[in-house]
Amino acid sequence: MIPGAFDYHRPRDIGDVLALLAEHGDDARVIAGGHSLVPMMKLRVAEVPHLIDLQDVESLRGIGIENGCVTIGAMVTQHELVNDAMLFEVAPILREAALQIADPQVRYMGTIGGNVANGDPGNDMPGVLQCLDAQLVLRGPDGEREVAARDFYEAAFTTMRHDSEILTEIRFGIPKGGSAYEKQKRKIGDYATAAAAVVLAREGNLCSAASIAMTNLSDTPVWSATAAEALVGSMVDDAAISKSVDCMLNDIDPVEDNRGSIAFKRHVAGIILGRAIKRAWNGAEGRQT
Amino acid sequence: MTSKVAMKLNVNGEAHEILAEPRELLIHALREQLDLTGPHVGCETSHCGACTIIMNGMSVKSCTLFAVQAQGAEITTIEGIGNPDDLHVLQEKFSEHHGLQCGFCTPGMITRAAVFLEENPDPTEEEIRFGMAGNICRCTGYQNIVKSILAAAADIQAAKEAAQ
Repeated sequence: MIPGAFDYHRPRDIGDVLALLAEHGDDARVIAGGHSLVPMMKLRVAEVPHLIDLQDVESLRGIGIENGCVTIGAMVTQHELVNDAMLFEVAPILREAALQIADPQVRYMGTIGGNVANGDPGNDMPGVLQCLDAQLVLRGPDGEREVAARDFYEAAFTTMRHDSEILTEIRFGIPKGGSAYEKQKRKIGDYATAAAAVVLAREGNLCSAASIAMTNLSDTPVWSATAAEALVGSMVDDAAISKSVDCMLNDIDPVEDNRGSIAFKRHVAGIILGRAIKRAWNGAEGRQT
Repeated sequence: MTSKVAMKLNVNGEAHEILAEPRELLIHALREQLDLTGPHVGCETSHCGACTIIMNGMSVKSCTLFAVQAQGAEITTIEGIGNPDDLHVLQEKFSEHHGLQCGFCTPGMITRAAVFLEENPDPTEEEIRFGMAGNICRCTGYQNIVKSILAAAADIQAAKEAAQ
């Protein structure tokens, strides 16, 4: 499988990336790890006359943690997310989710920026970042702007990012409490049949704050405010979990495909969310603020 | 028509200069330009891992990279891991424990396992299965592959202890 011919660009700074995007418009695409884009180019589903490789743009790399805020460069790989001890300390859900993406070879190349910006509803990081209420930093010809991960996804492969912009960085406050990312998949490396990202804060025996997002159960990730509200103020007992699951089921809109029927996906979504809530709640006990 | 790009690669300890069209995949550059036919073209869809090589210390699927992305990289293929007169410990153990049948997946298995053992020199069976999840074998059922890697890890550990 040989892709169509293209011109290859390898700029060193963001200004040059933006200039290339401005020059070539729709004919240009940026490539990070390329493990979503290259297969599509090989199938000739994606025709990319100008390919802009971001690997030499140093400012897109690195993980920073200061003043209660985490910043992750768009070119940070899944492998780096897994192995960053400081990040694991403050936001273990990122390691947990990254380890459930594809396989080791793909994780060395695949980046958080690509996973987030591509807009594939099967990708795991969009739901995780909605759960964490992350801000996505976009840089374009008119400067920088931030878009909340919860607002970024419009439809499958359609996001708030303009063609002239690139995603440079992801920012979020250090989450309080416990977290879990539960993913049901047919086999290792697969996209989710259903996955749930949960962060719960605990004060004494009560849940003081909650956030819940679901992966691959709609054409965008689904952040469910009502599912979270059902837990806040409760002891996260079976009744509260069941109410939360019911709220979540009102917000998702799965379609039938080779991962199962709509009824099966809704069933799996409920089970997976229940497990994630229980695990996050147990974790919250040791991480009370 | 796009023009070819002049590239420098260091493959198995040897410096190479090649010309590659941007759309040329790394696996094809290795096999067709450098005659390194150890990395195999398997599924061509980034799943099977038969094309796995080591690039800058990472296990990568060379069917899912353009050669130009590897400009300046240090690459090791199965040919650089060992040779018939001086087998790598993983090659010895795959042979000893029957870690292959048809052998098509083996170059990818061994190059991947080499990086895996560098990162995790004393793995459990479960860690091996998770760490080798990007390589598919349709013959063995994996049992003997896992045994071979466990045996290689034990040998490497024993050699380290003997050296101390």
